[in-house]
Amino acid sequence: MKQLMLGNAAVARGLYEAGVSFASSYPGTPSTEVTEELAKYDEVYSEWAPNEKVAMEAAFGASLAGRRSFCAMKHVGLNVAADPLYTMSYTGINGGMVIVVADDAGMHSSQNEQDSRHHAIASKVPMLEPSDSDEAYRFAKLAYEISEEFDTPVLLKMCTRVAHSQSVVETGERVVPEKKEYVKDIRKYVMTPANAIRKHPVVEERTRKLSEYGYDSPLNRMEISGTELGIITDSTSYQYVKEVCGDTVSILKIGLVNPLPDRLIKEFASKVEKIVVVEELDPIIEDHCKALGLKVSGKDILPMTGEFSRNIVAKALGIEEHKGVALEDPMPPRPPAMCPGCPHRGLFYALTKNKCTVLGDIGCYTLGSAPPLNAVDTTLCMGASLSSIHGFNKMGGEETEKKTVAVIGDSTFMHSGMTGLANIAYNQSNSVSIILDNSITGMTGHQQNPLTGLNIKGDPAGQIDLEALCRAMGIERVKVVDPYDLKECDRVIKEELEAAGPSVIISRRPCVLLKKVEKKPPLKVDTDKCVGCKSCMKLGCPAISIKDGKARVDNTLCVGCGVCSEMCAFNALA
Amino acid sequence: MSKETKNIMIVGVGGQGSLLASKILGSLLLSEGYDVKVSEVHGMSQRGGSVVTYVRYGEHVYSPIIDEGEADYIVSFELMESARWLKYLKKDGQIVTNTQQIDPMSVVLGAEEYPENLVEKMKEKGVKVDALDCLSLAEKAGNIKAVNVVLLGRLSHYFDLPEESWIKALENNVPAKLLDINKKAFQYGKEA
Repeated sequence: MKQLMLGNAAVARGLYEAGVSFASSYPGTPSTEVTEELAKYDEVYSEWAPNEKVAMEAAFGASLAGRRSFCAMKHVGLNVAADPLYTMSYTGINGGMVIVVADDAGMHSSQNEQDSRHHAIASKVPMLEPSDSDEAYRFAKLAYEISEEFDTPVLLKMCTRVAHSQSVVETGERVVPEKKEYVKDIRKYVMTPANAIRKHPVVEERTRKLSEYGYDSPLNRMEISGTELGIITDSTSYQYVKEVCGDTVSILKIGLVNPLPDRLIKEFASKVEKIVVVEELDPIIEDHCKALGLKVSGKDILPMTGEFSRNIVAKALGIEEHKGVALEDPMPPRPPAMCPGCPHRGLFYALTKNKCTVLGDIGCYTLGSAPPLNAVDTTLCMGASLSSIHGFNKMGGEETEKKTVAVIGDSTFMHSGMTGLANIAYNQSNSVSIILDNSITGMTGHQQNPLTGLNIKGDPAGQIDLEALCRAMGIERVKVVDPYDLKECDRVIKEELEAAGPSVIISRRPCVLLKKVEKKPPLKVDTDKCVGCKSCMKLGCPAISIKDGKARVDNTLCVGCGVCSEMCAFNALA
Repeated sequence: MSKETKNIMIVGVGGQGSLLASKILGSLLLSEGYDVKVSEVHGMSQRGGSVVTYVRYGEHVYSPIIDEGEADYIVSFELMESARWLKYLKKDGQIVTNTQQIDPMSVVLGAEEYPENLVEKMKEKGVKVDALDCLSLAEKAGNIKAVNVVLLGRLSHYFDLPEESWIKALENNVPAKLLDINKKAFQYGKEA
């Protein structure tokens, strides 16, 4: 049946039809929906793992057991899972194994713009790159055949515009291959130096074979139309090239981006007079062509940063850009903001009030860096808050210890905050770690985690006791606060900053967007009592503004959390 | 059927329900036999930020996104967002916008001003603007969240498609218990 499918849902459908039996992932935009959609198929065992490394190793185990296995992550997640990946390249697999990695050119929801193709090259693992939902679906299926034929995990590289665009897919039926027997094979699976030394040449030979496989694989294709200009392109860049040029130029569309098909590239080059490589982010295909001795153009005319679009490609090729009209008025920007009723807001207000240095982490709470709270000092990567406060305080001494905190979400803590806390407990820095426990993985759109007591399907699961965990790791001072209670937050933060030794504050209240969280009626402003002092405005709640000198609550946004009424000395907000 | 690819941009503020609008449009256009691409925004940008969804349809659609000067229609959930994305409108394109104003944080904090008379200013530029108070119409239909369907009702004016097709797309994409409210919202938008 033909249907409109999100790229990520199309991957999930392809995995399902390929007979995948096991999926383990950690959510990360723009990869999350692959595993969410896959979890809807009852025949597939799916789970959220605490982090990407665990997910990939779990999928390795499932492959070892003889089943087709899968894991997904965003680009930076592959950094976390790089360790198993680089050595799985040597061990190979038993049941087929595919890894989705989703890049985020344009950084719609990411902290950097790294190009995952580098990981494929460095780990010598084949990488497939679809350019729309239909290819995402077909490549996902084909990836398992490549995995099993060449004894290797296979990377399927998505990007925001493929992952989060819907296009037409025609689906088929699920076929589950027979389970492969697990056979003990020390030379294959035990990567001691002696075995790994024997394996490395096998990996190099595999790469040579895969480059040749790419010559007539359906993953790569030439669209020959004229000899004047040839464009080599991949992923969504192909769509922009077609949008601009239609059938007027020759195109080599690369779907197997690692290893690149040397013979096919040379053949294509022999058919055209001039070559332009159109690829987002780094010049990977371009540099490869140059290494083959070809004269190509690429990053000399196209940007190295951000996403491409029709106009960007047109401009580079000397074709007219489309233009529209604009108003002269400057439009105030509208960056994302913490939601009305967000439990993080109260806690961040207390931190701002105490003029804290706040070492932050990855999650919605990064939005606490925006005005008027301006609360967050650093955002680096998953878990960095707890690791870096340790070094910061070791070097800052009492000067920083009395005013510095680390903030990390519940899911991020389970992902890679625990090891940072272990370092604090072990090497004893006088650090205050605040775990913002909103009982869900928030920013990626509400996924369960080991602290929520529910699994990916929302069914009861094991639940880790956060307070007990922190205590077991050697933190004696563990406090729990309700972030809606501003006075209590203020008191506990002051107390823990003063106290000697490491401490953990758990700021606990479920994300206000969760369906189970009851929304209260919007607050009303008593305009007789309101003096327009703007105290309530210090929270930076999108639902409150000042109109005609008085506070005004937008009843389409307010969820009645009541934190602003705590700010009001005149009882004007109720 | 037009062979040329047509472009609809849906713009608004994260959380206003633009994903449902694009889902309904996508399903409608697919059922009318077009090739369709819909490009959405997930993740952090959804948290109250300026969001845009691209809907493209035609005989064969390539790019998943719409560039400056290409949109045949801009459907806007919030007034300033229609002006923010104006440069994406094609010459002779049509804007269908909600007149609701949501202040971004810089305006709330008094650091910047919400620009005034935006509808008039856009019209002075020769832009075709259809502005209506969708929030009131949605409220009248029974749910303030139905702003998205009010807008679709208005947009349906400009399409040569039978009303049954729109209603069927609604039926296929909104929960049964909310269908009556959404059908009303569609009619109010259409007749406004």
